[in-house]
Amino acid sequence: MKNVLTIVKKELTRFFKDKRLLITTLILPAVLIYVLYSFMGTAIFSQLNNSDEYVPLVYVNDIPNSIDNLLTTSEIKLEKKSYSLEEIEAIKEQITNQEADLLLIFSDDFDQMVAEYQTGLGDAPYILMYYNSGNTSSYTIYQTLESLFNSYESIIANKFDINMQNDKFDLVTDENVSSMIFSMILPFLILTFLFSACMSVAPESISGEKERGTIATLLVTPIKRSELAIGKIISLSIIAILSAISSFIGVVTSIPKLLGGLGEDISVSASVYAFKDYLLLLLIIMTTVLVIISIMAILSSLAKSVKEATTIISPLMIIVMLVGITSMFGNVNSNLFVYLIPIYNSIQAMGSILSFNISYINILVTIVSNVCYSLLFIYFLTKIFNSEKIMFTR
Amino acid sequence: MKKVLEIKDIGKTFTLSKKQQKLEKTKTNKKVAVDHLSFDAYEGEIFGLLGPNGAGKTTTLRIISTLIKADYGDVLVDGKSVKNEAGEVRKKIGFLTSELKLEDFFTPNYLFDFFSTLHGISLEEKEKQKKKLFDRFGIGEFAEVKVANLSTGMKQKLSLAISLVHNPNIIIFDEPTNGLDVITAKVVTDFLKELRSEGKTIIISTHIFSLVEKICDRVGIIINGHMVACDDLKTMTAEKNLEDVFFDIYSQEVGDK
Repeated sequence: MKNVLTIVKKELTRFFKDKRLLITTLILPAVLIYVLYSFMGTAIFSQLNNSDEYVPLVYVNDIPNSIDNLLTTSEIKLEKKSYSLEEIEAIKEQITNQEADLLLIFSDDFDQMVAEYQTGLGDAPYILMYYNSGNTSSYTIYQTLESLFNSYESIIANKFDINMQNDKFDLVTDENVSSMIFSMILPFLILTFLFSACMSVAPESISGEKERGTIATLLVTPIKRSELAIGKIISLSIIAILSAISSFIGVVTSIPKLLGGLGEDISVSASVYAFKDYLLLLLIIMTTVLVIISIMAILSSLAKSVKEATTIISPLMIIVMLVGITSMFGNVNSNLFVYLIPIYNSIQAMGSILSFNISYINILVTIVSNVCYSLLFIYFLTKIFNSEKIMFTR
Repeated sequence: MKKVLEIKDIGKTFTLSKKQQKLEKTKTNKKVAVDHLSFDAYEGEIFGLLGPNGAGKTTTLRIISTLIKADYGDVLVDGKSVKNEAGEVRKKIGFLTSELKLEDFFTPNYLFDFFSTLHGISLEEKEKQKKKLFDRFGIGEFAEVKVANLSTGMKQKLSLAISLVHNPNIIIFDEPTNGLDVITAKVVTDFLKELRSEGKTIIISTHIFSLVEKICDRVGIIINGHMVACDDLKTMTAEKNLEDVFFDIYSQEVGDK
């Protein structure tokens, strides 16, 4: 045990003495994520505001009275007249060149045809809308008018009303919104941060020792291979968790800013979670880090250099990311056996905690299985440290 | 003199990868690195393992140091078997290779303390040994300087000091002067002589004849994993210098095959 602590202390000293590593692993993730997400929120907000100020230019050929009344309330610059075919072609050219946003053409005697038209009998009156989907303002006004005309069409053929009373129909609470958003986003992000954090320290610590030749000096000391393996795993896990916490703080503090940019009445706050939820989350994160670090330690010990280790680990990142993405779709899986699958079990467990669908048995299975996998991987790592072929082949 | 090291008929065969087969220009995937090799070393002597590159010197030293296991045979270090009592053997030996690089972020002080702890050295013993070695190699004034900022010679001296933190009786040194400038090489060879005068046993591997002639008491010549000659240096070089002796044996051995 003393030797394990000596290895842990040495690895942590190395980490905290390396200012570059300290900044890139502990400080930068939180700062970058906060700045990035806040900037994204501000940019989205600014774009929405700008589009609010922008007055789209819409050409309307022979505007019917009903539509004229409908559009007077909209903030659109309408150019209404009866255009010749050449003029219509010229307007289309302007839309293509992003000089105008939309062209509206109505069927002849539009209002009269609408009044007389019976569904399924004869030709229906029509509206043609020419727009440019490559131009944001053109596409936005197209969608706005399409929605407006659809609503108008519904009003004309009104058979029943939906939610017309003045009442609060969406019974969502801030807690619901927060848990939904956090449970969709955070498991993926946390897994990404954990993986990145592990990747920044594991190859250097394991294959770096091989590459430098320092592993031989360590292995001729009376330290047991298993003590070396456990010491490495514990120290690297501590560093990875610190880094993940840094990223986590960055995400939790910046998500309200990011969502605020959408301009909706969304109130998202990490304060909806109780201490118990954070504790469970931390347990899952800790055991997940153990699994990831153990796998990376094994892969790193198989490599001859830090560069080779990074190359070997990189494809694993794609697999982990794909597993992480599953948190963004569907509900939390309640099948107990799912919680035996490494990495995926962590994603599911985190999702269940963040969405308040906690099943303690599933959480327990996740934690226990992660610890078991880690012990198994540590056993393999010890075997590798004992393998002269792997440790001393160049 | 007391026999402290017995290498008893050891052998080691490596399996070559395709890449290694290409490099070695061989069609077989097996390479015999050490073949039925035996020799002894005694208290207070420097034993030199002399041989060309790839002869099996490093493999032999690694087997003695418990870093790798022999396929057959055994090594007894002060009566302890490397096969069955590797942990005990590690307490008795100091191993150093010229390939060793220390971690840049640590200071000599930190590294010395770290390896002392792993060897289970008491605080008092550690401080005594540290003072002795740091004073001997002039490391003291650089004790708090990061390894990255030390000269190559100072790094090598520090490596040597670290391999001796536990004051071992048997020191195994793979290519001790490899890559060293003449001044540091002299410091190292002088120190090895000092250790011998203290009654330590030193095993070195080298392909430098002058180094063997200068410091070794006995010498073993290894070619293709075989110990082809093993004797006192004086006896071996009674009629010819070591280089001539070596090449006579080498032509005979290689010519025979």
